[in-house]
Amino acid sequence: MTALPSQPSTKKLGLVIDLDTCVGCHACAVSCKEWNTGGPAAPLTDLNPYGKDPDGVWFNRIHTYEVSQPELGPTAGQTVHLPRSCLHCESPDCVTVCPTGASYKRAEDGIVLIDEDKCIGCKLCSWACGYGAREYDQDAGVMKKCTLCVDRIYNENLKEEERQPSCVSTCPAGARHFGDLGDENSDVSKLVAERNGFDLMPELGYKPTNKYLPPRPKSGPTSSYRPLTIDKQETVDSRFLKWVDRLFSR
Amino acid sequence: MHPALSVILFTTASGTGYGLLMLLMILNLNGLLPTDRGLGMAGFAVGLTLVTGGLLASTFHLGHPERAWRAMSQWRTSWLSREGVAAIATYPLVLIFAAGWVIVGSTSGGWSLAGWLAIVLAAITVSATGMIYASLKTIPQWNNPLTVVNYLVLALAGGAVWLTSVGQLIGIDTNVLVLLTLLLLPISWALKYSYWTLVDKVPAQYDIGSATGLGGLGDVTLLEPPHTEPNFVQKEMGFTIARRHAKKLRRTAVIFAFVLPTALMVGVLMTSGGLATFLSVLALLSVSGGLLTERWLFFAEAVHVSMLFYGTQKA
Repeated sequence: MTALPSQPSTKKLGLVIDLDTCVGCHACAVSCKEWNTGGPAAPLTDLNPYGKDPDGVWFNRIHTYEVSQPELGPTAGQTVHLPRSCLHCESPDCVTVCPTGASYKRAEDGIVLIDEDKCIGCKLCSWACGYGAREYDQDAGVMKKCTLCVDRIYNENLKEEERQPSCVSTCPAGARHFGDLGDENSDVSKLVAERNGFDLMPELGYKPTNKYLPPRPKSGPTSSYRPLTIDKQETVDSRFLKWVDRLFSR
Repeated sequence: MHPALSVILFTTASGTGYGLLMLLMILNLNGLLPTDRGLGMAGFAVGLTLVTGGLLASTFHLGHPERAWRAMSQWRTSWLSREGVAAIATYPLVLIFAAGWVIVGSTSGGWSLAGWLAIVLAAITVSATGMIYASLKTIPQWNNPLTVVNYLVLALAGGAVWLTSVGQLIGIDTNVLVLLTLLLLPISWALKYSYWTLVDKVPAQYDIGSATGLGGLGDVTLLEPPHTEPNFVQKEMGFTIARRHAKKLRRTAVIFAFVLPTALMVGVLMTSGGLATFLSVLALLSVSGGLLTERWLFFAEAVHVSMLFYGTQKA
């Protein structure tokens, strides 16, 4: 059923991603690909992986942005890495537009999933998602998306500390956190409150569960700071050296 | 948005087919078209062929067309599902009305009830097609009431031109149809013009700063995309057409969908016999080509908000 649960789930499992800590190493994306190509959405098809224009399904994409403040000078600003995946929104249109009931949001924990056996591959859900989180598998003819590693987080065959999404346990910088954002006393909720966590594109009204923590303010260039410039190049005055330079420049 | 040929063919062919069927039934039920057996046979055959051809074309872009029946199930929330249900429900009613007209030679009484219901369902189907697009918050250009109005009126205008041609080929008096066409074409032109004006003037509601949440820290630009080759999202959602091409194509669409058919219809009104029929067929070809261009533009001009993550500044 593609109707959303009548009552929003009290448990809201999701991720908190720290943009201050993320170093943009793409380890989360690689680890996600590796785990999920063997999971419920398997395989995460790659087409022409070693060819000229490789194409494939990934649930996690890491964008790198430059945030500049031209009014504070040409060097003011910072680089921010932003991992982007399904935000497991509270009222997502990707679920309600699905004509077959393949796309659904779980009432018990808020995870948004696709029943691949029901998916007709019409791609409308990917049009309704503003975050580009759903990727169509051309080879399987069905839509695929982040499962929040539903096959890990409840998996009793795994050690308790491993029962979290692959991207979270692999992050070498500790920039990714997993937990219940519906419980205001959970570690993730406290982190969001403490660091002013925010939603991506809140105007869409989908109420994302995943939150992002803003980069901490940078100290910025001080008055004594001078960026390295090469505008004062040594000039060659000697005619002889100029001649040598020309000779060897040939 | 990527202008998929199957979806363009589907929306234009089915739209025109439903438009033709609606007008055929409305005009007959109001005594403006005779219950002529030849007209009934040709009209319903052409209308249902257009509708069916369009619906079949729409399944070509599916990953699993054999599961298409599942799309009937989620009519409570999904406009695509509602469209499917309404499209399927229209068939038996049209066929009943057509049977009354062609076999029994009557469109009154119980037959007329089936006719009116078929008209309503056909209108719901075309509106649902429009709503699939109009309901998407992620594509600001489509997310307005003019989208549905345009789908409905363009379906009627295209259907009117096709029906006039059918009438001419059957050899009935088409004056009513020509006059209706001359009414519908300028109306649809005006509505398409207001859609384009709206799309051009509406200020961007989303920007890269709000998408990434980094807007408060300064000017956001994409430094490095996540991958070197375009992925599904970029191929599907990232198709946009250069503004100058869009202007040229809009002009082409206006000429072929509205101006030329209007002029040709005036010609049909002033001539008779073979020449009138020839002019009406020319109008049919022109309006079909024009609508295909218009529909291609509808998709190609639309900007999807997910492209903000890939460096588009505003949407």
